[in-house]
Amino acid sequence: MAAEEIIPVVVEFTGGLEMLFADQRKHTLAVPAKDEEGKPVTVGWLVNYLCEKVMKDSRKEMFVLDGHVRPGILVLINDADWELEGEASYALQPKDNILFVSTLHGG
Amino acid sequence: MSPALCAMCRASRALIIRPKNHQKLCKACFIAIFEAEIHHTITSTNLFSPGDRIAIGASGGKDSTVLASVLKTLNERYNYGLDLVLLSIDEGIKGYRDDSLETVKRNAVQYGMPLKIVGYDELYGWTMDQVVETIGKKGNCTYCGVFRRQALDRGAKMLGIKHVVTGHNADDVAETILMNLLRGDLPRLARSTNIITGDEMSEVKRSKPLKYAYEKEIVLYAHHKKLDYFSTECIYSPEAFRGSARSLIKNLERVRPSAILDVVRSGEDMARLVPEEVTGISQCKSQKISLSNADGGDEGAGGCGSSNGRSSGGEMAEMEKKLQQDEEAAGREVEITSVSSHANGQRHDRIGGKSHLRSRAQGDTGRKLLRQTLGTCKRCGYMSSQEICKACVLLDGLNKNRPKMEIEIDVEDEESSTLRRRMEGIALAAG
Ligand SMILES: [Zn+2]
Ligand SMILES: [Zn+2]
Repeated sequence: MAAEEIIPVVVEFTGGLEMLFADQRKHTLAVPAKDEEGKPVTVGWLVNYLCEKVMKDSRKEMFVLDGHVRPGILVLINDADWELEGEASYALQPKDNILFVSTLHGG
Repeated sequence: MSPALCAMCRASRALIIRPKNHQKLCKACFIAIFEAEIHHTITSTNLFSPGDRIAIGASGGKDSTVLASVLKTLNERYNYGLDLVLLSIDEGIKGYRDDSLETVKRNAVQYGMPLKIVGYDELYGWTMDQVVETIGKKGNCTYCGVFRRQALDRGAKMLGIKHVVTGHNADDVAETILMNLLRGDLPRLARSTNIITGDEMSEVKRSKPLKYAYEKEIVLYAHHKKLDYFSTECIYSPEAFRGSARSLIKNLERVRPSAILDVVRSGEDMARLVPEEVTGISQCKSQKISLSNADGGDEGAGGCGSSNGRSSGGEMAEMEKKLQQDEEAAGREVEITSVSSHANGQRHDRIGGKSHLRSRAQGDTGRKLLRQTLGTCKRCGYMSSQEICKACVLLDGLNKNRPKMEIEIDVEDEESSTLRRRMEGIALAAG
């Protein structure tokens, strides 16, 4: 069944964000290709997934605030600013690299 | 969506969208224009002269790492003729600086620059760990910030260097402008927009070449150039009322990315409208020095965070809590600020014995500034507008607290300090 289809993606956290994800910078994930409604999964979906399934730290608001990626955290999709890729609505492709970089930490 | 092409070379795929003008650029063009703009800032402000020895205040964090990398690049590309040195401060916080100093040591090798590390212990006889042990976590960032400002200047002096550059970026400057606007502190607002503090008369002048660079672009530059930097918060989280101003800046940026530079430009425009007699800028030279440097509070009075002299807005959790509180009560920001200047006034009161200082701290800053004259601290000889400089005042308090007494001493609590003095009197009499 197509519903069981899996997409491999690499998710990275830097700039201090890694501390929210068990101090692990690189996470190789296999995510379902379709969401609960049968639509292709997006970066927005991935952010929720990371919050609920991957992040063990209880400080969710460090990553997501009011349903959005926290201001001051940059999102790069295959090295491109996600603003160039449709932000949260970008549909994940196999082998995508999604990088979250915090600018909020000391410089 | 078909990938957008770079607006400059029209050949490569755009990876960056610039916050200040929405320009879409490829990696190579972004790196080129980022460097060109810093070069423009440096040349248009006559920041350096050939042969200058420049100390880069290096924390291992993104801003100072990018600053070091860009200055090295520009120095070689445009033959500035600068002698660049990395200068790092070790506050003596176990586990905090270990990793960041390792990063700076690697940077020194990567950029072929000599590195000087100055410790709080050698400068002040106190590590921050010892300070916290003595006064607790509350208020310790004031110490850290005041000590750090002098530490960079003293470190530079030890090296015979007269100019320290720091990694303050446009977000930092915008934040400082907003904070001073909220405080109603026009003189400081005016000075905080300057790219240079101190002048030829000062022993050590400070400047911020990244003043117009967005924090976002600094992080992207570091990412695309694969620079080796370190990110962590100070573990002694600042009480950081600045945290909420930072959040405000980031929220503004999300709504309208140009807002950060707009705040910086507005700050500069406002600064021009502030009369000279209020800012102290363009006054006689000696006075200007005392105004710009001795106070030590132009940027980041909170002073903590891993950038030298910059307030990073505190540990993330604290910041978040603070932001939520501020959303509940919009007036909180001003309230906290004035409480904090209260505290400052009281510390001075206690030690300097001048009872008018408290009202001065909140009141007519302009007149206060005019009355300041250049002097040196009687204890340490460091430039100061007071008889005893801020660092020595704080040290006085610390040294009196050693060995630690039973009662909890709050630095902001006048009563306990009176009690403390009485107890010291008793101890003296007994001895
Ligand atoms: Zn290009
Ligand atoms: Zn002194």
